[in-house]
Amino acid sequence: MTTVLETRDDTTSGNPVLHSTRADLLRLRKWPAVWVTVGAWLALNAMFAYLFNYITYSSGDTNFSTEGESRAELLAGLLPSGLAHTIPQGMPLFGGAIMMVLGAIVAGNGYGWGTWKTVLTQGPSRTSTLLGSLSATSVLVAVVVAATVVTDYAMSLAVAVGQSQSTALPALGDLAQSVGIAFLVMEMWALAGYLLGTIARSPAVSVGLGLVWALVIEQLLRGVGGSLAWVDSFTHVLPGTAAGSLVGQMVGAKPGTPDATPGLLDALSYDRALLTVAAYLVVLPLTTWWMVRRRDVT
Amino acid sequence: MDDPVVQTKDLTKAYGKGDGARLAVDRVSMTVRRGEVYGFLGPNGAGKTTTLRMVLGLIRPTAGSATVLGRPAGVPETTARIGALIEGPGFYPYLSGRDNLRTMARYRGLPDALVDAALERVDLADRGDDKFKSYSLGMKQRLGVAAALMGDPDVIVLDEPTNGLDPAGMADMRALIVDLARGGQTVLLSSHLLAEVEEICDRVGVIARGTLLVESTVSALRGGRRLRVVATPLDRALAIAMRIAGEEAVRLDGDAVLLDVPAESTPHVVRALVTEGLDVHEARISERTLEEVFFEMTDTGLHAPTGDPRTSLEAVR
Repeated sequence: MTTVLETRDDTTSGNPVLHSTRADLLRLRKWPAVWVTVGAWLALNAMFAYLFNYITYSSGDTNFSTEGESRAELLAGLLPSGLAHTIPQGMPLFGGAIMMVLGAIVAGNGYGWGTWKTVLTQGPSRTSTLLGSLSATSVLVAVVVAATVVTDYAMSLAVAVGQSQSTALPALGDLAQSVGIAFLVMEMWALAGYLLGTIARSPAVSVGLGLVWALVIEQLLRGVGGSLAWVDSFTHVLPGTAAGSLVGQMVGAKPGTPDATPGLLDALSYDRALLTVAAYLVVLPLTTWWMVRRRDVT
Repeated sequence: MDDPVVQTKDLTKAYGKGDGARLAVDRVSMTVRRGEVYGFLGPNGAGKTTTLRMVLGLIRPTAGSATVLGRPAGVPETTARIGALIEGPGFYPYLSGRDNLRTMARYRGLPDALVDAALERVDLADRGDDKFKSYSLGMKQRLGVAAALMGDPDVIVLDEPTNGLDPAGMADMRALIVDLARGGQTVLLSSHLLAEVEEICDRVGVIARGTLLVESTVSALRGGRRLRVVATPLDRALAIAMRIAGEEAVRLDGDAVLLDVPAESTPHVVRALVTEGLDVHEARISERTLEEVFFEMTDTGLHAPTGDPRTSLEAVR
């Protein structure tokens, strides 16, 4: 006979998952590391999606990342009408990597600080606590995507006004699809980081491993996949391939060409990529849950 | 009063499998009753924290069971009624003390209004807005106690709450625990400090190498007072002492004779010795400290001097 670590409900009034979500949101909102990470992403995104391209455009030169693109194409991506394509472009690789860092520190730091121990002695079950924490993380990801949309819109508006171009937005359906995909990709990487942080029970190890995986290993495997068929089919189920293909197919990316955005692929079809990302969105939190439930908290 | 708040039955935790397994906690059966301050006493690494973690559902027992308020340990309904500080305070370093408590209050579904009262209770009200990482160890421990007090739990589990504190901090912490106990709060306190347990606990459980050696009241454990007599010649003194107190109640300790007799028989014993023509060099009441009892038990690893600990301790009285 053993003690029971989990049950269904809570005696305190209200929903324990909601309690946990509110608690986790409070500590995330006041965490400087979160603001730094999110700020870094927004700044990088503004620079790579708008600033550099705008400077290239206005100086009339072509630089390494815009070589071959006509000035008209360059301008089209900088205007509000190009938002649907611009918003998710940096997310499969850079945005994803930063979300992975975020997920890893949200989950991993609590073990070193002993805060998960304290939280789990408060009452809510492990399942409720985890659901709350994952919900709070998802809210954070949604806020980051929303902030990205706002920054991109502001930048594109500035370009349009400055160049006396149309400030018309893209079709609402396209914009919604773009934002939806952006959220799915960012959420997948954040959940991957959360799982890594839970496995390693430390932010440093999980952030390091995660970044090496997303930024180096996957790229190398895709390189090897060019000559080895089985490695190629293996790369097709990787999160980076799925996220890169999802965004790549939506914006019609041409990887391999000199002006291709890093991280955007056409390895999978749009539907296959969407399905793979969706599968990760289910498998990653389930694995985390399985791990959190069964492990001793020491 | 005899209503058990925390009860463990043959609670066991083994790390590793097969022959290499190490028993951190070995068939511990203990009972904490309502309204008492229970001292869980043992050297470092004896299995105190592991036992408490099982009581809180943080780790899964290998065998045996723990119940809190009559329900299995670890279910949310029971955990919600325990306030705990386990192995050092674990809080978010970047949050203020107040925000840390607000976070924990939200997990419990409690209103923010309780936070200020909890800070007040542990004397942290004026430092509540400072970051946790700027706190001294004593303040961190006090914040941990504040978190444990929120929501008026049925039982408070404090794991080595005075660990690492300076003497003033220790005194404050003990005063706080005594204060809680006066308010009728059930407290389960683990410690490796005997003086602390002796001072504030009603009952104690002594654990060493994972095994609960004895569970008893502090006074029963100390075994009451003894009369210590040094008289020559020793053999005659021993014979006289045995005649008065009975053979069972007399022990030889070096050149002193120890008698388990009521304090009021001291003049009678001394008079008898003098009347018989012995030289009495010393006669005094000696009290065993908890420390002596503790080392006796933990050094030998025996459950008690003889047989069942509880009966023999009662006999010593």
